[in-house]
Amino acid sequence: MKKKRHSVRQGEQERAGVSRRDFLRGTSVAVSGSILVGEGKALAAPSDEVVGPGETPVVLHVNGETKRLNLEPRVTLLDALRDRLDITGAKRVCDRGECGACTMFIDGQPVYSCTVLAIEAQGHAITTIEHFSHGGKLHPMSAAFVAHDAQQCGFCTSGFVMACIAFLKSHPNPTLEDVEKGLGGNICRCGTYAGIREAVLQAAQAMTAEGNGGAIHG
Amino acid sequence: MQPFEYASPTSRSEAVRLLSPRWGETEALAGGTDLLGLMKDYVCTPKRVVSLKRIADLRGIHLVPGKELRVGAMTTYRELTENESVRRHFPVLIQAIERIRSEQLRNMGSIGGGMLQRPRDWYFRLGYGLLPEKDGQAMIANGDNRYAAIFGNSGSASWVSPSTIAPALIALGARAALYGPRGLRVIDLDRLFTTPAQPGEREHTLRPNEILTEIIVPHREGIRSAVYEVRQKEASDYPLVLAAVTLELRGRSIRSARVILGQVAPVPWPSHEAESALVGKTLNEETAEAAGEAAVTHATPLSMNRYKVQLTRVAVKRAILEAA
Repeated sequence: MKKKRHSVRQGEQERAGVSRRDFLRGTSVAVSGSILVGEGKALAAPSDEVVGPGETPVVLHVNGETKRLNLEPRVTLLDALRDRLDITGAKRVCDRGECGACTMFIDGQPVYSCTVLAIEAQGHAITTIEHFSHGGKLHPMSAAFVAHDAQQCGFCTSGFVMACIAFLKSHPNPTLEDVEKGLGGNICRCGTYAGIREAVLQAAQAMTAEGNGGAIHG
Repeated sequence: MQPFEYASPTSRSEAVRLLSPRWGETEALAGGTDLLGLMKDYVCTPKRVVSLKRIADLRGIHLVPGKELRVGAMTTYRELTENESVRRHFPVLIQAIERIRSEQLRNMGSIGGGMLQRPRDWYFRLGYGLLPEKDGQAMIANGDNRYAAIFGNSGSASWVSPSTIAPALIALGARAALYGPRGLRVIDLDRLFTTPAQPGEREHTLRPNEILTEIIVPHREGIRSAVYEVRQKEASDYPLVLAAVTLELRGRSIRSARVILGQVAPVPWPSHEAESALVGKTLNEETAEAAGEAAVTHATPLSMNRYKVQLTRVAVKRAILEAA
């Protein structure tokens, strides 16, 4: 299994570039071995197949890219993305599905990625906050967070921005009360709620004015 | 989290075959919002997790007007709130679900998983089990019991049943379909819940190798219903006390009533006292208040949760007035 794992990791790195995190982790980049192709097919296993507890091939579709890796069934979607794919926008805070810092979209719907097994996210479109930043240009929601000083330590911010983007998809013209009720699934321990509420209301106006509400994909 | 085997069967019979007949060896995984946390905390340490997500016939919402609503156990809260039939005919369910103030949880959580979530009690979550005792003493009664039960709390299992949807479903007369190696059995939903008395017993009557497949809610026109939650905060959290009420009226006179309390007992708690105080009476504020008073007649609060008695009075009264 070890050789296989290395080759998959190398594949990941070729796609993602060798990051600081990989370098620090001291993973061997020089191990030879071909990139495993067609691993996704192995996942269409007979329905009665039991996998694990060791690593098993997992294919994830993240921000439009296909990522192949080997994971134990116990690895959460959040940990797979942060620790194995270096997609670190979503934060690991409570790790119990309570605080919202790990919010991502699965098939366009916000979920707590700390409470989803990566193996169960296969076959679904996963969207993280990285999807909403293009060439340094901020999404209107992120820009509104900056404009309204809607963060302090920043740990909740990416999850909050994701929750806010999802909220505006279902509430394009929200009232303040809608905002208060609609964002109950995220917590900011610095207490920047006043700024966040203002940011959501401003982003709603900006996005309606620009008519780009429909451009927000999940 | 302890490593585990993972299976994702596509049929209920396969799922049941993959589950152990003994508790503790395997767990069925629905939305995951509770189970994964329990596994991270080593409260649940299954050797195998059996995901129910790929079993297509555990999903879906079917209304037979005038007869019943059938909801597959893996149907998410979001799917229920987006269903026009449910919105039109079962507004109390929408009301209860929308008070789960987290879009993420409504997207992930399933109606079946909600019924089978484990107690939120901190003794249980810290690994002291469902009957937390120390030196022969009940830990909850002698410890921090501010959120604990005020009914049915004479034993050491004096935590509260967590589901905020079950009381409304029980008030509507819902039943639960359970599938196991010997086939299907259908029970009244309130019979799914029990207070464990012996070590090794769970708070559900579901057997270890059974799965909850469907919730069946009778549909009758003209039933009035409401759920009222008293909450510490508006953001995502469990309420302190909840009352679910269904009323059948003739004019302004109450023909029949169900009052089910949540967060006050180890099971969803039927208040027969409140129901008796309603039947035959004219529906007005006075009647509602009397029912609230009746509901707490036999309350046995612990050292730190006497406040829940008053919250129960208020929740019952307001649920009745909202249903009216």
